[in-house]
Order: sequence, then structure tokens, then C-alpha cells
Amino acid sequence: MSAAEDTVARKQKLEGLGTSRKRVEDARFTQGKGNYVDDIKLPNMLFGDFVRSQYGHARIKSIKKEAALALPGVKAVITAAELKPLKLDYMPTLAGDVQAVLAGDKVLFQGQEIAFVVAEDRYIAADAVELVEVEYEELPAITDPNQSMAANAPVLREDLAGKTEGAHGKRKHHNHIFTWETGDAAATAKALASAEVVAKELIVYQRVHPCPIETCGCVASMDKINGHLTVWGTFQAPHAVRTVASLISGIPEHKIRIISPDIGGGFGNKVGVYPGYICSIVASIVTGVPVKWIEDRMENLIATAFARDYHMTGEIAATKDGRITALRCHVLADHGAFDACADPTKYPAGFFNICTGSYDVPVAHLTVDGVYTNKAPGGVAYRCSFRVTEASYFIERMMDVLARKLALDPAEIRRRNLIKKEQFPYRSALGWEYDSGDYHTALDKALKAVDYAGLREEQRKNRDAFQRGETRSLMGIGVAFFTEIVGAGPIKNCDILGLGMFDSCEIRVHPTGSAIARLGTISQGQGHATTFAQILASEIGIPAANITVEEGDTDTAPYGLGTYGSRSTPVAGAATAMAGRKIRAKAQMIAAYLLEVHDDDVEWDVDRFKVKGAPERFKTMAEIAFAAYNKVPPGMEPGLEAVSYYDPPNMTYPFGAYICVVDIDVDTGVTAIRRFYALDDCGTRINPMIIEGQVHGGLTEALGIALGQDMGYDAYGNMKNSTLLDYFMPTAVETPVWETDFTTTPSPHHPIGAKGVGESPNVGGVSAISNAVNDAFAHLGLVHTAMPHDHWRVWKTAQKLGLTR
Amino acid sequence: MAKMHVKLTVNGRAVEALAEPRTLLIHFLREELRLTGPHIGCDTSHCGACTVDLDGKSVKSCTLFVAQANGGSLRTIEGMAAADGSLHPLQEAFREHHGLQCGFCTPGMITRAYRLLQENPDPTEAEIRQGISGNLCRCTGYQNIVKAIRAAAERMSSTKEAAE
Repeated sequence: MSAAEDTVARKQKLEGLGTSRKRVEDARFTQGKGNYVDDIKLPNMLFGDFVRSQYGHARIKSIKKEAALALPGVKAVITAAELKPLKLDYMPTLAGDVQAVLAGDKVLFQGQEIAFVVAEDRYIAADAVELVEVEYEELPAITDPNQSMAANAPVLREDLAGKTEGAHGKRKHHNHIFTWETGDAAATAKALASAEVVAKELIVYQRVHPCPIETCGCVASMDKINGHLTVWGTFQAPHAVRTVASLISGIPEHKIRIISPDIGGGFGNKVGVYPGYICSIVASIVTGVPVKWIEDRMENLIATAFARDYHMTGEIAATKDGRITALRCHVLADHGAFDACADPTKYPAGFFNICTGSYDVPVAHLTVDGVYTNKAPGGVAYRCSFRVTEASYFIERMMDVLARKLALDPAEIRRRNLIKKEQFPYRSALGWEYDSGDYHTALDKALKAVDYAGLREEQRKNRDAFQRGETRSLMGIGVAFFTEIVGAGPIKNCDILGLGMFDSCEIRVHPTGSAIARLGTISQGQGHATTFAQILASEIGIPAANITVEEGDTDTAPYGLGTYGSRSTPVAGAATAMAGRKIRAKAQMIAAYLLEVHDDDVEWDVDRFKVKGAPERFKTMAEIAFAAYNKVPPGMEPGLEAVSYYDPPNMTYPFGAYICVVDIDVDTGVTAIRRFYALDDCGTRINPMIIEGQVHGGLTEALGIALGQDMGYDAYGNMKNSTLLDYFMPTAVETPVWETDFTTTPSPHHPIGAKGVGESPNVGGVSAISNAVNDAFAHLGLVHTAMPHDHWRVWKTAQKLGLTR
Repeated sequence: MAKMHVKLTVNGRAVEALAEPRTLLIHFLREELRLTGPHIGCDTSHCGACTVDLDGKSVKSCTLFVAQANGGSLRTIEGMAAADGSLHPLQEAFREHHGLQCGFCTPGMITRAYRLLQENPDPTEAEIRQGISGNLCRCTGYQNIVKAIRAAAERMSSTKEAAE
């Protein structure tokens, strides 16, 4: 074997970066041996269930719990009256507001928690819920955020009476939460006033829900003998939950252990702190035994963590030849009854100020008004990095609106305005520094891959045939480009409840040359146990198969801020590489000592240190690991362990070019995705198989949002889509075959150049599909129609355009 | 509540127990028998995470009382591997083709695919998609699940041919 072949063989054995390594998680999942929260059964465990509000807005006149308490097997019924003396009737939200754990005087949304029933099993608990009698006095509800700040609007949050200052500055109305303003108002106004062309449009991104197949839940177990509280739960951020639990309960943090076991999908739904967690903990303290709480699907949809509900008015100024000169945006943000957004503290509208997108916009101005309504709290980042999905949808629709106004092709207007390769690092008008990109190459590759010119020609023929009455189907082509902003984040910008958004990895290399790595993140399907071992394999030369990755137990894992906002690879992945480099630095000294040469006279070679100029003299990582425990250089501590807490210098900015082709039957409104091409650039690719899987999944969630999902409320505050019968989940039948492709532009500041990918397809996918539907009717004068593009709404669009029979 | 006597065969093993008449099959499997492979995802028969095989049919065990399964023969994901522990071709194919991510829908999905291939050993892609449309997955976009089921079908038919 030649030296080069030997190197390749040793590299392959590692299954490091760039390998489509099969997942280590799959053995247990394919055999039904996963360990999810609801699989946990502890001795004497009780089951908790909620009495929930039937009204959107009502005063609670009385709560009668005697009948429930009389039912055999019922152990407790907890209401706000019991929580108030403990100061637990309200809990802090991640956004600086407070949320009622159990409603006391008033309910503010349908499904709000009123009483927590604790019983011997879930059937008895469900029976008892029915026996709790709540007397209500219904109040007028606000479900349209446009009505929230009307002068005569009912007061929703009586607990905030007289509070003119919120967590993010002045409140200008009793239902107002915050105004967030950024950018250059005067320069933007001037550019708009003097523009050759201005396109204006209201773009609404409807309320949706992440809806993982596993709902939220927990098991709380208070050991009264030693004062230790253990909580197993569906937590995307277990360490932050521990800190919050300690702050709320007063239990010292070292006596709280939070464990996230296997999680059945999160997508942002499992970031927040919910009343169910608090009530389970209280119930375990009260009863002295473990208490389990598991949401059912209806509870999940009506009460925990919606996303979006952004009403975005955009004005985009441009020259006649389609060069953008300014962008102004106002957002009316519906946060529901409590501001329980999960955003970094300084960003009440998340990273929505990435709304200039992938384009070189000279000047911009953004204002966001957050308001209360009688809807569930939330506003989480559903497969999204803090409102980048809303921002990206906004700018991508605005680009198409501008293109229509100028009679320019959507691909061409993008090409003219995309940030150029040589402009990176690029400082956006609203203050972000994009790390790297090669947008034109990506766009050109995408257009070529789908034969864009050919598609437009086919569309022209389709329109002619439609005109002649030869077909009832219209073809739409959606072009979308996106830039994500992920990997929150630099501590200087990003914290949640004062906790800096770093992340961590701790590595222990065992004497026989295998290792364990523990991280502050938590996988919910992303395959961390597989991919983080790959990063490490390339860094320290130990085969990925010999590295165990562990997350989610706060007693063993180093502190980290968790998994959401595509931050695992950019932040914890970086920590993993950095901790690996510490291991390698120590290994280098041990190797040099064993080889009896100076530290500088050895060099790294895949899985070993070899003497420079004498490659036959080497020590493998396995040999070095053993020596670390018995033969270290004089003065060096034994062992081979390292920990890294990584505070990234910047966010990462993955990007992509997506093209979608739809066929719309104008008589039924049925929209079929004929073709979808997704080019993603997520920097260095760790595991192409997993990246592709993430893209398939994200696009399918995008399809759900674009073509069917809408959490509608009627005027009384009734939620209209509270089961999977009414809330659209794409099945294998509606889902097309996704075509994936990539370019690779590494992040210059990330240790391995990786940028993160999990959320990109949901960011770009919604825009591409929605643009395609709008495009299908563009030749008939349609400028913009709102999502979701379900059969009914698309049919209505066709009808308005006079196309239906 | 008065309990009733139920007798069934689960993964080849005879099971006898007392259960309330209203006990759902999924709760009986998960909490009495501690077979926690089948999951609960929606309570309304839409998601299919609770899919098990009852007397040669795929059923959603969240929508059946254990009483309705009385006397029946059940197979769950835990009974999919052979007695010697070797995995079913579907279990292997799901891993090989990255047909799962969070794993929550996987037991139901594989159990459903098992019955689909019993009914149609050589399904087209469209037949597979139709055949698993009662099982939701939020992670994979189904593409690799379809690929895995197709691969398992091919392997099963070639093993069968070799045996003949």
C-alpha cells in the first residue's frame, strides 16, 4: 500500500467529516427501544392533567373541586389559590413577561390552564378533570391583532395595570407589549420619497404550530429525604430549564437534575417553560411521589408554543432597472395572551432585522409592535432561528412583488440585487455582518439545474393553452433565495434570561483509545450522537465508532444553552472541535516525549503524530491515550481530558437557492408540487446523508405551512384547528420527491467551517412554494395572495380572477 | 371500575390480564405490558405512531379498546426481529437508508410497512406512499422511508426466491 493509500484508508476508518456515516441512534429506535418521557414509569408515580378554559376571554367566578377530590384515586387538585402563597401563580417567560401558571381571576385564551388534577392514573385524572366545575363570565375577546390597540379595546392583562414600561421599553396601550425599532428612519424615508419605483404590500405569515409527533411532557420527582428534584422532560434546553426551575422554586441549583431523554421531535415547540412543568414539580413536592404530565395532541395545539403570526407591511424602493435603494418594514406581531417568545433578550422580534435578506440593500428601517390578543402564548422559532423565517418570507415575497411591478423576471431581479461574493464579510443595513457567501454561483447553479429558461417557456405555452381552453391547470414557478442567521450566538449580543448563549463540549479519552464526549445541546432527531463523533474523529484521530456522545443530563453534561435556532453545529459543534484541539495539543506533547523529540518536531497525520521527515516513527492516538495514563512527560498532569465553552465570534449565515414548480387545478384549487429543487450551502458538510435528511424534513414542514396550516380563531376566541383532522400535516401522498444539491462556502470563523442546516429548508421552502402559487396567477394580474395556499383559498383566488366555471 | 379478563397473544407470547373495559389497547401495551415501542401522538387516529398488527391487519391501537383485541394475536415493533435477535429487513433498511430521525414515528411506521409488504410484496413508490399515508412523520419528509421500504421489499423477495 502506498503512503497516500494508507492515509486514505486510515481516514476512512475514522468516519470523520464528510462521511455519510450511518446513525448510531437507529439501533434502538428501529427496535422500539427508544426512551421517551412517556416511557418512564416510576414506583408510585401519579398522573397530572389540566382543567382548561373553554373560553377565549372570561372572568372566573368560581372553581368547585369537591366532586373531583371525592373521586377515588384523586390525590390533589391544584389551583391558582394554592400557588399564590408560594408565589408560583405566575412564572417568568423567556421574553421578560410573566405568564399565569394557573389562571386565577381571568382566563385569556382557550385552553389556558386553570387547575391541575393529580390522580393515580391518567384515566382517573381525566375523569376528575370533568368533575371540576368552573363558573365563567364571558368577556369580549380580541383575536385580530389589528384590533388590540383600538382605544376601546378590552383590557386583556389586568395584572399589568398601570405598567407603562415593559421588558423592552415603553408600552403605549394596555394591550401593547413593545415597539422595537432599528435602522435609519430618515434616510429610508428619503430614499422612498425620491425612488423611481416603490412596491408596497402587506405580507401575513399566519399562525402555525411546530407540532412534533411527540407532545410536551415531563416526570417530576422530588426526593424529600435529600431534597433533590429530578425532572425528566421534553426539554430542548435542559440546562436553562434547571436554572429557571431553581430561580422559580428556590431549590438550590445543585439539587436539581434535569434530564432530556430521547425527544420525539422539537422544532421549537419544546424550548419554552410551560405550566405543566411547574405544576408537576409542585405536585411532586406536595404528594411526595413522582408526577407525570403528558399533553394530548389537542392540548399541544391549543396551549403550547405557536409560531409566526407576523403581519408585515413592506415598502421597497428601487430604480427602474430593478436595483433596490431602500426597504421599510412595519410588523404587527401577535404574541397571544402572554409574551412567551423564545428570543435572545435584546431581540424582542428575534433576528427579524435580517429582513434585508440576501440582497444589497443600502438603507433600511424596521419597526415591530408586539401586541396581546386572546390567543395562546408562544411565538417560538419553529424550525427557525428567531424570526428569520418570517423575515425571509417577507423579503422573498417583496422581491416578487417588486419584480411584477417592474415586469422583471423573479430570478433576474434577484441576480441584480444579490450581495456579491467580493462584498463578504458584508455589513447589512440593519447591522448584521454576514460571514461568507457566494450567492450568484448558487443561483446560477440552481437555474441551470432546473433549466429555468425551459420552464418559463413551458409556462408560456401552458398559459396559451389555458387561454385557448385546452387545459384547466396553471403552472407556477417559484424562485427563492435565502440567507439564514443561525448559531446564536455571541454572548455580547445574545442571552436568554441573562444566560449567555455559548455552548460546550467535554471530552474524556479512555486509556484504550476510545472516548466519551458530553455536550450542552440535546438532539431531537438531528443525530448528534452520530455527527458530533464525526467532528471529533477528524480532530483527534479516534474512529467515530469509538466515541460515545452524551447529552441532556445536567448532572453529567457541561452547561450549554441547548438545541434550537440551528445552533448545535455552529456553537456546540465548534466547542467540540475546540475541545478536540486541546486533546490533540496535549497528545502532541506526549507523543514527542515518547518519540524522544521536541514538540515541534512531530506533526499530525490523521490518527497519529509522526516525526517530521521520518514518517515511520510515529505514535497513534491509541498509543498516546494509554501513555497519558502512565507515561506523561515530567511535570504534566496525567489523563487526557478537555472541556471547551465556546462563545462564537459571530453568527453563521447558511444560504440557498430553491426553485419550486407547481400545477394548480383552477376548478378545485388543488396545488401539486411537480418539482422542487433545493440547493443548500451550509458551509463544511459533516454528514451528507444527515444533511439531505434534514432538508427533506424541513421542506416537508414548509409544504405544510405554505399549503395548508393555519391556526385560526373565531371572534369568540375558539381555536378552530385543534386536532390533526383540522390542522394539516402532510402525509407521504402530498409530499413530493425533493431534489437536493449544494455548494460549499465554509464559514471563515467557525473552527471547521460548518454553518448549520436543519432550519434552512423551512426558511427557504415556504417562500419558494408560496412564490410558485403566486406566480401561477401572475399573468392575470395577481400581485400577492396570502398563505396558506390550501384548496379553498387557491380556488377563491381563481374565482376572483374570473377563472372558475 | 370493574375489570375484565383479557387474553391475547402478543409477539408470540400468551398474555392474560385484568383490564378496565375502557382501557385503550395502546395504554395496555405500554403501561401493563411495558411495550413502549408503539407511541401516542395524536389520540385521534391520524398520526399512526401507535400502529400495531392485529390478526393480520394494521390497527391504530389508540382507537381500540384492549377488549376489542381480546383473543387476538398482536405484533408490535418489539416482535419484529427474529427469535435469534436478527433484525427484520425493514429495521435494517430504515437504518441503511436514513428512514428515521427522532424515531418517534418509527415503530408505527415499520409495523405498518410490515403489513403493507405482506399485502403487496412488490409495491411501486406510489403504492408505498399511499400505503403509509396513515402514518405521519415530521422529520424525514418520507423520502427515505419510501426508499427504505422499497429496499426491504427487494431484499425480502430476493431472500424468498433464494429459499425457493
